[in-house]
Amino acid sequence: MPALNINGKTVNADVPEDTPLLWTLRDVLGMTGTKFGCGMALCGACTVHVDGAPTRACITPVSAVAGKKITTIEAIGADPVGNAVQAAWLELGVPQCGYCQSGQIMAATALLKQNAQPSDADIDAAMSGNICRCGTYPRIRAAIKQAASSRGGKS
Amino acid sequence: MKIVKISRRAFLGTMAVSGLVLAVGVPRLRSAGAQANKYGADSMPNGWVDNPLVFVAIGEDGTVTITCHRQEMGQGVRTSLPMVVADELEADWQRVRVQQATGDQQRFGNQDTDGSRSMRHFFEPMRRCGASARTMLEQAAAARWGVPIAEVQGLNHEVVHRPTQRKLGYGALAAAASKLPVPARETLRLKQPAQFRYIGKGQVKLVDGPDIVAGRGKYGIDTVLDGMLFAVVARPAVYGGKLVSYDATAAMKVPGVVQVLEIPGTPPPSEFQPLGGVAVVARNTWAAIKGREALKIKWDDGLNAAYDSTEYKAALEQSARNPGEIVHERGNLDTGMVRAARRLQAEYYIPHMAQAPMEPPAATVRIVDGRCEVWTATQAPQVTRDRVAKRLGLPSERVTVNVTLLGGGFGRKSKPDYVVEAALVSQAMKGAPVKLTWTREDDVQHSYYHTVSLEHLEAGLDGSGKPLAWLHRSAAPSIRSIFGPDPKHEQPFELGMGLVNVPFVIPNLRIENPAAEAHTRIGWYRSVSNIPHAFAIQSFVAELAAAAGRDPKEYLLELIGPARRIDPRALGDTWNYTESPERYPLDTGRLRRVIETVAREAGWGRKLPAGQGLGIAAHYSFVTYVAAVAQVAVSEKGEIAIPRLDIAVDCGPQVNPERIRAQFEGACVMGAGNALLSEITFKDGRVQQSNFNDYQVARMNVAPRDIRVHLVAPDFGVPPGGVGEPGIPPIAPALCNAIFAATGKRIRSLPIAGQLSA
Repeated sequence: MPALNINGKTVNADVPEDTPLLWTLRDVLGMTGTKFGCGMALCGACTVHVDGAPTRACITPVSAVAGKKITTIEAIGADPVGNAVQAAWLELGVPQCGYCQSGQIMAATALLKQNAQPSDADIDAAMSGNICRCGTYPRIRAAIKQAASSRGGKS
Repeated sequence: MKIVKISRRAFLGTMAVSGLVLAVGVPRLRSAGAQANKYGADSMPNGWVDNPLVFVAIGEDGTVTITCHRQEMGQGVRTSLPMVVADELEADWQRVRVQQATGDQQRFGNQDTDGSRSMRHFFEPMRRCGASARTMLEQAAAARWGVPIAEVQGLNHEVVHRPTQRKLGYGALAAAASKLPVPARETLRLKQPAQFRYIGKGQVKLVDGPDIVAGRGKYGIDTVLDGMLFAVVARPAVYGGKLVSYDATAAMKVPGVVQVLEIPGTPPPSEFQPLGGVAVVARNTWAAIKGREALKIKWDDGLNAAYDSTEYKAALEQSARNPGEIVHERGNLDTGMVRAARRLQAEYYIPHMAQAPMEPPAATVRIVDGRCEVWTATQAPQVTRDRVAKRLGLPSERVTVNVTLLGGGFGRKSKPDYVVEAALVSQAMKGAPVKLTWTREDDVQHSYYHTVSLEHLEAGLDGSGKPLAWLHRSAAPSIRSIFGPDPKHEQPFELGMGLVNVPFVIPNLRIENPAAEAHTRIGWYRSVSNIPHAFAIQSFVAELAAAAGRDPKEYLLELIGPARRIDPRALGDTWNYTESPERYPLDTGRLRRVIETVAREAGWGRKLPAGQGLGIAAHYSFVTYVAAVAQVAVSEKGEIAIPRLDIAVDCGPQVNPERIRAQFEGACVMGAGNALLSEITFKDGRVQQSNFNDYQVARMNVAPRDIRVHLVAPDFGVPPGGVGEPGIPPIAPALCNAIFAATGKRIRSLPIAGQLSA
């Protein structure tokens, strides 16, 4: 299995190449910040960035991401946009149980890096793939807007 | 009062923190009235504990460690309960650390985190706990200075001698304070609400927030142990199904699979025990899943193999169209119906639903030298401990249940079947650490489902449109069916969830409960039986208002009648959420006030564009008063949007108003998802849904867009009400009443799904 580039580090995982990135991160590399929610790209809990694009790790085999830049929740705070999103999440008290929030933050950060001032419709389009059973959607929306505003329109 | 000595080792062992000096070798107090009184926390297993030496430890550096014995599943309890202790302790929140208790009710009091009762049952004990610790620190300071206790005061992490303004920090006093006896409860000086530093302010941030946003929060599924194996289980598709035989040849060839083994099932009623099946143990979860796919299994489906939701709905309708067991009656229904000028009838159907917490059930277990250690997300750690111990044949003392964050619970994680599975697999693997994970398919297809119900209502109205007679027949399988022979009838705790305890001024009323059999595992789902009862009653009231040509809000207020306090027993409610009927009467004045508040704040009666409407509903549950006004927009194609949802809440004291708002915002979203989308159906005994593609829940694009929570004035003069659950019940009827206002179409069967586009 080729090496993976995760959060700027090269790591080797001894798994069959059809193994999803999610289980490689969680069970083989011990990186549990990326969450399992559905296994079918239906809930967004496992969202990571692959070369900057939001990607569902649960259906992404490691063979498909070899040599690409993978960023997970553990490192998103090092990104200025990710940092602003985390700060807004805390400021507005977004999390309830918090389990889906890794994926929500990864999806929101990817959105703001593409679109510094998203409209409500943009937010709906980017975030409706991420389920929150606690129902934190109103605060997620508000926090995305706050993070956008704190960045002053920079993506 | 029972005094139990605990050893230094035991205490420090449980705390798992070094350098703590307040708490050494001091006797602990148990709840005084656990046997004498039978209401509230006193009625729960192991009651309550308020001993500061159990919950508070102070290091020499002044760091205060507060143990939270209730489980965090999004309600904010790991912030709010320690905050109550810190407030009475006069601790500086910046210097407070929160530690999670293991499952040990002998030590901590009841830990079952359900029924919206953490704050209800522990606000007062935790206040006393903080006040006791503060008093001990004050006594230690007074002794050191040789001054009267009346001259000293704990204030923001130090004790001050008022006449001289001398000060001693809590860290410097902790060792001396720990040697003092815990003050008698009746001598404690609790704060007046105006003196609260944190309680009621909503300024304290979530203790777990920074970990959560950085992916460091540890949930049950996140446990990592050296040498850990990973497991999934193939379970019988039908409740009561049995394993006949299996062939693991192909499964064992999947790379990474190390073992395949049988888990014995428990025939119905299976309580919290595993359904049984075949476990696949592997080097990682993915390999276990692939191994499970390769299993060849023969099942005997058993007695529930014919369970079919369509047929069952018809059977419930038949049941509810005939007289059933009378559970409450006043006046004479038949006479009232005969005298009525008009009669109306409606039936409401609410399907099974699955809690589907975002973190599916998962547990990690290790057994070493006859001791079992568990790491899991559970709402009920002592129940988990006891079930694991019994199944392993160990005394409970040899089982430690470490409680992680819960990635949602909603009632699912009150039942530790998944933890017992993990324990059995670890045992079969000679005690090796095993993490057992449920896939989403496992979760959707093997839940403890929200009941399914048919609510049949009839009313006779007088010439002015007021009800003279009211008949409500509720047919739904009972949660008790998982514990013993199927009772086929709703139990007092189900009847008391908004079926009988409805404070309407109606002279002739009869509530009946026809029989309904359970064919799957029925369990608690956030708000439980309040969901169908409130949906039916609050929809029917709006239907009667429409028939009478009256404004629904005015009609509802008229039905509730004047402000008064009703003894729940007078309504046939012997349960009252386990609370004292004297302390917690049903106060119609408070119910009226939330209705009036939400109507005013939502602009009830305001003009809306065509295709839009407002609907109102109110419901009293978990001894909290809630009313909601929904604004819906229905497109020409029948698509539904919820531009705005207002909800007003009276839960008495508001300990952490910021989290109360969050809980009610979340309830609006989940309630909307329940109403619009969520349904579990059965065919041939099998759940027909499998994942979030066909078991749908609220997503951002369908959630109410503008949610406004209105907390009515906090009142520390009444006992606390619940917060986690009471937001759900009024949402579905408010939405359906709004749809009626917008379109003239009445939805009586949930989910709404595509009914308007048909």
